[in-house]
Amino acid sequence: MAMTVHIDVVSAENSIFSGTVTEIYAPAEMGEVGIHPRHTQMLTRLKPGTVRVIDQQGKEQTFYVSGGILEVQPHVVTVLSDTAVRAADLDESAALEAKSRAEAALADKKSDLDYAHARAELLEAVAQLDAIKKLKKRK
Amino acid sequence: MAGAKEIRGKIKSIKNTQKITKAMEMVAASKMRKAQERMRASRPYAEKIQTVLSHLAQANPEYKHPYLETREDIKRVGFIVVSTDRGLCGGLNTNMFKAAVTQMIDWDKKGAEVDVCAIGKKAGSFFKRFKCNLVAHTENLGDQPAHDELIGTVKVMLDAYDAGKIDRLFVVYNEFVNTMTQTPRVHQLIPVESSQDKALDHHWDYIYEPEAKPIIDGLMMRFIESQVYQGVVENVASEMSARMIAMKSATDNAGDLIKDLQTVYNKARQAAITQEISEIVSGAAAV
Repeated sequence: MAMTVHIDVVSAENSIFSGTVTEIYAPAEMGEVGIHPRHTQMLTRLKPGTVRVIDQQGKEQTFYVSGGILEVQPHVVTVLSDTAVRAADLDESAALEAKSRAEAALADKKSDLDYAHARAELLEAVAQLDAIKKLKKRK
Repeated sequence: MAGAKEIRGKIKSIKNTQKITKAMEMVAASKMRKAQERMRASRPYAEKIQTVLSHLAQANPEYKHPYLETREDIKRVGFIVVSTDRGLCGGLNTNMFKAAVTQMIDWDKKGAEVDVCAIGKKAGSFFKRFKCNLVAHTENLGDQPAHDELIGTVKVMLDAYDAGKIDRLFVVYNEFVNTMTQTPRVHQLIPVESSQDKALDHHWDYIYEPEAKPIIDGLMMRFIESQVYQGVVENVASEMSARMIAMKSATDNAGDLIKDLQTVYNKARQAAITQEISEIVSGAAAV
């Protein structure tokens, strides 16, 4: 039997996923990380993107996170995300709209504050669309 | 025996009170459902972040955050007491204050002074009368407490901790167990209590990406926010269910009272009628 690790994906509003899996991929700040069971302890920030897990049946599940913190212990992994949704629940049209809105805001940059905000928004929207695309490809 | 008319008046006034308690019970019941949902939604995050932090407290990190260090000599402790804004919710607040005060007296005996930060009207008025140092107070948070409103109050305590004025910080609130039971809980916020996990009982540290300080600082801020927020929403859920139960028993008591008074009223009426008849009969006999 393959080695497994327990993972909990929680957001400030809900518990998204809790279960035993064999592989985890997460969008860490320094680049995507892949985590197998018995990984050494690690603490990192997450950027907007998708968290993918592969369960014991070899099935893949995707979650969208808007940033947060990832804690890895050899037998338990915790994703503390600001907002997390199952990729299947994402709204493509809303994400597209957010993307174009953010791009428009970026185009006429008035102040630095707006700029930074719009940039973050754009990153989030792109990450959401990415998650949707990944999900569609598998179907 | 009191006159029938007076008893009738009493029954009427109790019936009016019963109407009010009944209405309050129903309002509390509908609010309770929403409050419980809110509490359940944020509970997993609060629990998980607590676990992560307790792991961190057990690790031997390269960067030791002040909230992770246990100070040996305790001169002053801080309490964040979360209470309700309104009364009529049974012994909810009283029980919680009792738990808080017991702890405070313990610290007092050990020679530590106590600072209190009150959230909610009831805690504010209680600790104003109580012999202790009330440093911050916020009220009227409503049923949907907002994060940023809480932060200001909590910030006072965190600043005091950073400045070394207080050496320990607790948060006191009513933990929602189920609709019938709410237990007062005194929970140590900082320094963070380490997990007693045997598997982690050796010298180890995390790999940090990119660096330890910003991650741990960010994690701490979120931890404090989520713990206090969770305390407040649990307290709101507890308040609503305690009020519902209190008002339900008030309504039931009013019902019992009305029943008893009704019997007394009937007896008085019967006695009056009997007396009248006997007067008429004896009057007729005299003629």
